[in-house]
Amino acid sequence: MTRLTYREAMRQALREALASDPRVFIMGEDVGLYGGTYAVTKGLLQEFGPERVRDAPLSELAFVGAGIGAALGGMRPIVEVMTVNFSLLALDQIVNTAALLRHMSGGQFGVPLVIRMATGAGRQVAAQHSHSLENWYAHVPGLKVLAPGTVADARDMLAPALADPDPVILFEHANLYNLEEDVPDERNPDMTRAAVRREGSAVSLVTYGGSLPKTMEAAATLAAEGIDAEVLDLRSLRPLDTDAILASVRKCRRVVVVDEGWRTGSLAAEIIARIAEEALYDLDAPPARVCSEEVPMPYAKHLEDAALPQPGKIIAAAKATLGK
Amino acid sequence: MIDFKLPSLGADMDEGKLLEWKVHPGEPVTRGQVVAIVDTAKAAVEVECWQEGTMHEQLVPVGETVPVGTVLALLLAPGEVAPAPGTREKAPAIAKKATPAAAPARAPATPAATPAARKAVSPVARRRAKELGIDPEALDGTGPQGAVTLEDVERAAGAHAPAGAPPAPAQRPDIRQAIAAAMGRSKREIPHYYLAETIPMRRALEWLAAQNAKRPVTERILPGVLQLKAVALALAKAPELNGFWQDGAFVPGGGVHIGVAISLRQGGLIAPGIHDVDRKDLATLMNELTMLVSRARAGSLRSSELSDPTITVTNLGDQGSEAVYGVIYPPQVALVGFGRLATRPWVEDGELRAIPLVTASLSADHRVSDGMRGARFLVALRERLQHPEEL
Repeated sequence: MTRLTYREAMRQALREALASDPRVFIMGEDVGLYGGTYAVTKGLLQEFGPERVRDAPLSELAFVGAGIGAALGGMRPIVEVMTVNFSLLALDQIVNTAALLRHMSGGQFGVPLVIRMATGAGRQVAAQHSHSLENWYAHVPGLKVLAPGTVADARDMLAPALADPDPVILFEHANLYNLEEDVPDERNPDMTRAAVRREGSAVSLVTYGGSLPKTMEAAATLAAEGIDAEVLDLRSLRPLDTDAILASVRKCRRVVVVDEGWRTGSLAAEIIARIAEEALYDLDAPPARVCSEEVPMPYAKHLEDAALPQPGKIIAAAKATLGK
Repeated sequence: MIDFKLPSLGADMDEGKLLEWKVHPGEPVTRGQVVAIVDTAKAAVEVECWQEGTMHEQLVPVGETVPVGTVLALLLAPGEVAPAPGTREKAPAIAKKATPAAAPARAPATPAATPAARKAVSPVARRRAKELGIDPEALDGTGPQGAVTLEDVERAAGAHAPAGAPPAPAQRPDIRQAIAAAMGRSKREIPHYYLAETIPMRRALEWLAAQNAKRPVTERILPGVLQLKAVALALAKAPELNGFWQDGAFVPGGGVHIGVAISLRQGGLIAPGIHDVDRKDLATLMNELTMLVSRARAGSLRSSELSDPTITVTNLGDQGSEAVYGVIYPPQVALVGFGRLATRPWVEDGELRAIPLVTASLSADHRVSDGMRGARFLVALRERLQHPEEL
């Protein structure tokens, strides 16, 4: 058992990847000299040199495209995009090229690329740095989308992502970097199955990434009021672990999906659609969602707090499914 | 559009069953008008509306049980024009209670007719009810929007007599539950203190006898009415006994509305109020008390009578014990009790005499008032009852 922050865990995974496979290199804005916008890659330039830790020019389109080319050429690039908002500049490369090449080439070419992106709000960096657009990528066949919500997952998800023959996007919620937890020494090689973070039977709270700690806090408060909530951490947003979602819903018969994305067309909407398709007759209450308010993320602290899912909103939604 | 919601008619009410609509769509509603009759755990209550308007749409049908706060009906504000149908979401909990014998299969909705509202039954509850052979639409729902849940079905199944016996008619075990909830809350939350005072009643009873001798038998005034009026006037000396504890602070009552504890024939009790007791004469109070008792026992009280009282008086009467130390009815902050009127030894003008006495007690909320203030109230009450002609 080791105590690590989410940032340290991610850095440890990157270091291990660089050390164990010469095909691996890191590329992105400010990842080298500056040590990463969120200090995740700090020290790696000094340790592995400028060939392996490469500062890129301010063009997401260019350096994501270069990463795809390198992957096609046999390398195992890890491309860091500063925030998901900026990744929209590289959307064409990610969606039209990386995700589709295996299909377009009749199976001749795969793109074994890992893209890391920070996502989410809560640090007052305003609308253009704060949105949760994971769902945009989870929409696209050909991509795998992961959202480590614990320190152990921050450490363990990179290796299987690199081993995957197709592009994988890792979403790191920027509010999690300072999260500190004990992590087991044993590694979890699985990256696509959901995990029950808290067993319960009254209502299933389905969430991922940056909303996981808030949901755990809500579940603890509910427990103190005698409501035994289960918390399911999706971990993977594409593919979705539908079996785990249905199992939890069938057990609790009530469900609240907590998703920092905007409500309309959200991942929460997709999850609830699957529940309605496959577990309608197991439900004892209409499924509920706690999402972000449909506004550009505000800068002002009180407005930002109000726009985001918070434990109080989760508790209220959970109680409402119980008629309370 | 005005929402007409089911009000809370007391600390012990969390839901009500709609028994009757008194105003129909298109009819005007004036302030204070009785709009619906709702059955609480304790009584059928005439629910008044405190806004002017026109009844637009009744959202909850007769027979439906809904939680406090549910929008029962939509009213058009004065001058407001009815919106086109379907512009506002209908409350989903609308339901019709099917009596198993009555309705055959639900008639297919004709395009012209409004579709029949469907009782909200959760999908899993519906499936389980089918397995158990229960009609889920006949159950009271406890889920979101009053939906019947799995637990409701299984509880009903557990309660069902075996094989074909008709379900027991719903009696009122819930009265006890309601009293238990309110009194449990009171004793958990309110730090009660208790005071008592023995009050000579000789002058009051002699004066009353003389008054009653001039009145027809049907208009005679009972000693309990003197006590009610004396309590109302004595409260001027201790206004912090008259009001409510709300959100961590005392809120004075907007008048002296005394809740009168009335025992019900089917068991339990209820404490509806008489308004502005301090400003009414004894004959009026006697008349109102008589009406209140008969309406309480008939189960037809008004919502304002149940939710307004600022203090409660309990009088155990001739059959009672010597003194009563009551439990405060939240959110009120005091309760005054009168024991049995009885002739006992008493020193008056330096002589031992046999005169009628009554023990008056005060249960009060120590968060709001202290013993000294409570004592001032009881002394004022005693003095008021020595001057019955001023009541």
